[in-house]
Formats: sequence, C-alpha cells, structure tokens
Amino acid sequence: MMELLQAIEQMGQSLLGVAWVPVWTLVKIVAIVAPLMIGIAYLTLAERKVIGYMQVRIGPNRVGYYGLLQPLADGIKLMFKEIIIPTGSNRFLFVVAPVLALMPALAAWAVVPFADGMVLANVNAGLLYILAMTSLGVYGIIIAGWASNSKYAFLGAMRSAAQIVSYEIAMGFALVCVLMAAQSMNLGDIVHGQQGKAGLFGWYFIPLFPMFLVYLIAGVAETNRAPFDMAEGESEIVAGFHVEYSGMAFALFFLAEYANMILIAALTSIMFLGGWLPPFDVAPFNWLPGLFWMLAKMSFVLFLFLWFRATFPRYRYDQLMRLGWKVFIPLTLIWVVVVGAWMQTRFWLW
Amino acid sequence: MSFDTLVFYLLAALTVFAALRVITARNPVHAALFLVLAFFSTAGIWMLLEAEFLAITLVLVYVGAVMVLFLFVVMMLDINLVQLREGFWRWFPFGVVLAAIMVFEMVWVLGSRQTVETGAQVAKHAADYSNTKELGRLIYTEYVYPFELAAVVLLVAIVAAIALSLRHRRDSKSQDVAKQVAVRREDRVRIVSVPSGKKAGPGIED
Repeated sequence: MMELLQAIEQMGQSLLGVAWVPVWTLVKIVAIVAPLMIGIAYLTLAERKVIGYMQVRIGPNRVGYYGLLQPLADGIKLMFKEIIIPTGSNRFLFVVAPVLALMPALAAWAVVPFADGMVLANVNAGLLYILAMTSLGVYGIIIAGWASNSKYAFLGAMRSAAQIVSYEIAMGFALVCVLMAAQSMNLGDIVHGQQGKAGLFGWYFIPLFPMFLVYLIAGVAETNRAPFDMAEGESEIVAGFHVEYSGMAFALFFLAEYANMILIAALTSIMFLGGWLPPFDVAPFNWLPGLFWMLAKMSFVLFLFLWFRATFPRYRYDQLMRLGWKVFIPLTLIWVVVVGAWMQTRFWLW
Repeated sequence: MSFDTLVFYLLAALTVFAALRVITARNPVHAALFLVLAFFSTAGIWMLLEAEFLAITLVLVYVGAVMVLFLFVVMMLDINLVQLREGFWRWFPFGVVLAAIMVFEMVWVLGSRQTVETGAQVAKHAADYSNTKELGRLIYTEYVYPFELAAVVLLVAIVAAIALSLRHRRDSKSQDVAKQVAVRREDRVRIVSVPSGKKAGPGIED
C-alpha cells in the first residue's frame, strides 16, 4: 500500500512537476470529503433507525432494502425543492450563511489523522487549529438567524451563539489537559502518546476521565444536538435559526450539523480513546488496520450521540448555562492543576 | 516575486480593504463582519511569518469568541443609522490626525535601522520547530513578570466591569439548585386515599 502510494507520488512529480503538489492535495481532499459526505448521509439513516428501535419502531424501511436508499431519496428531494428567500431578508448573507456553517466543519478535517501518518496536513498546532475551526461554525448560525429577518430565527441564533461561546471555554480547557498529557498539539503525536504495552489502559480517558466526559457533553452542546438543541427547539421556536431555509440551503445546515458530529466523534476518539490504536496490542487485535479501529471508535461515539437524543429531554436554557459556567468550567480549571501536579509525581504512568 | 510575497500582498490588500469597509459600511452588522474578515487576513499574514500560534489564537479568540459576542450585541441594538452617521465630518479631522500619528509611529519603529537589520536575519525554521513551545518558554521564563502583570490587569478589568454593571434587582427571582436537587418526592406529593363511595354521585346514572 505504502509502496504504491510512493510510486504514484514519484510518477506524478515527474509528470506534473510543481503543479503536482496542489493536484495531489486535491485528490487527498476528495478522498476525505467524499467518504465523509456518504458517512453523513448514512448517519441520518442510522439515527432514524437507532432511535426507531429505541422507541420500539422500525424506522425507514421502504426505500431500498432496510431503507438503505432513504438518504439518497432525501437528498434528491431536497435538491429539487425551491429555495425561498424571504422578503426583507439580507439576500447576500442569507445565501452565504449555510456555506459559512459547512465550511469550518469540513476544514477541520485537514488535521485529523485516520491512521498512523494518514493525515492531510501534519501540522504542529493541530489541536489549536481544530479549536479555531470549530469556533467558526457559529457564524453560519448567527448570520442565518439575523439575515432571515424572522424573530424565531433570530432567537435561535442568539441562543446558539451564547451556548457555543460558553461551551467552547470548557472544551478548550479539556483540550489543554490533553495537550499537557501528550506534551504536543499535533494530533498524531497525541495518539502516539497513548501508545504502549498497556493497550487501552494507556489511553487518556483514564487519567483525564472527567475531561473525557466534559469534552463529550460539551461536544453535544457545540453541535446543537439534543438534549442541548435549544437553538432549534422545534416545540418553542419552530426550528430556530434555519426556520426560513428550504431545499439545498437547509440541507447545507443539516450537513454541517452531522459533519460536526462526526468531527467531534473523531476528535474524542483521537484524544481520549487512542485514535487508531487497537485496544490490546496482541494477536487478533493488531491484525486489523488502524483505520478500522479509528472508525470503530468514531461509530461508538456517534452511537452515544444518537443514544443521548433518544434518552434525554431537552434542557432548559438556564440549566444549560449553569452546567457550562458553574460546573464544567470550574471542573476543567481544577483538572488542569491536578494533571499538572500529577505529572510531576512518579504516579503519572501515561 | 516569490509566492510568499504574492500571498502577503494579497492578504495585506484584503486587510486594508476590510478595515476600510469596517468604517464605511452603512450597516453595523456588515461592519462587524468586515472586522472579522480583517482579523482573518491578519491571521494569514502572521501565518506567513511562521507565527502559527499567534495566528490561530487570533482566529480562536477574536474571530471565534470576541466578534461573536460583538455581533450578538450589534444585532440586538436598535441602531438609528442616520443618527450614527451624523457628525462624521465634524470628527473627521480628529480621526485623520490620530491615524497620521499611528502611521508615523509604525514607520518609525519598523523603519528604524535596528528593526531592518534584525528583521533581515529572520531565518526559516525547520518543520519540527515548534513556535508554540518557544513562545511558552519565553513567556514563562524571561517575560514571566510582565506576563503575570498583564494577566492581573486583565483580571482587575473583568472584576471592575462586573462590579460596575452588576445591579441587584429586588424583584429578580433565582433558583437554588442544591435545594431543587435535594427535593424528595415526599416533599411535593401527598397521596390521599379517598374511600370510594358505593353510590354514584348526583348526575351520574347507572
């Protein structure tokens, strides 16, 4: 596999010269984004199926075997719907907002390693880049809410902005603990830091267990997923920020939400669950390629997302703010100090 | 002209354009969004200088947090555009003088012989050079006192801002979460067993 890639690279370099680097990068981007889009499509199906079975229903089962073609049917339906731009809305920003929502959700994938060395951009400040990119997603939402010229959309945007800014702080501090433990901001090095004889006991979810929970819950809040989906709140503000959107413009918000979910799942796997590492470094486990373990862990975290949605009722807004500011932020601040002190002792085994 | 220079001029032009639009845009929300663009292009320029930590932190802090709150406030304000724009020409000369002083200072610092000489020596670092690590080392060793001082000043500013704007309203209601959590079923629900009568009440027929 590696030899084949090297051979392709050599051939390309001799064939295209300087132009090879952008072309090869483009190929890599397509190789990440295309499976991601398929993943998003089938995540929507998985969500409907999983929640269906949790509620003793079957879920979609008409289009294709077991409803397997349902996402395609939904996509085609959305594509042929008319995009209505409301009167009194800000035309330009109304159209740009869905793009701004999706762009950071895809851009963040640039630094995510899927297996050892299998990464588009192996940058040193990868963790920081991820934080910056995930913090940009809120622009799509608040611009959509404002440009729609609708009070429900605006209320949704306000809720979302406050929510995302609040939870980002806790999320950032949780990541500070990870980078302290790994002593690197490179996502690949963070996974390497969890490698060892102990297998899954060497992963960071053990010493940083509170941070693992904080990151996971803050991730649910950051992606506006139930039980923290006040930004949409269909029973209170109709559908929140995207109430005025239809057709593909709505679909882009939908894609952004699911892309963000998959991204949070990937990051949780990398930073707390050992990324591409097998749970035990012994015979049957390490035969499987790293990509398999990475995807398995991501699927597990995504299943948690769906499970949360089927289990918990929506939070009240003041409860959400309390959880973010009065529980998570103090907890993360304390754990930063705890990890710092712990690392100075002999009892730090990671 | 090398590729770096090309990118630099592109980003610099974008920054200047965005900064101009911040003060000329009619709609305050558009102005705030142009400020976001200005921050972004500045982050790009810093990235060119291999200051990736500062560049990404600029995006993270200013674009990701500060400007979001800024937009939040600007969108909620009921701004009268006419009122906002009146007095522009009255204050214009003052602004020009201020801008001229700032430009002079920048040229003075950046154009001095010392800056030019040291600036020319900045060499490209190897790929494994960590800008973040170096910055951290400098901040927490050589510049630890100024850094801590700045942190304390910021903390005092936060406390002062809250102290100045905090008003305890007499009629505001708040919840004691500890009490809410401590509530048991017995505190709220009383089961009353009412003996069921054999005869149906009036108005109900068998």
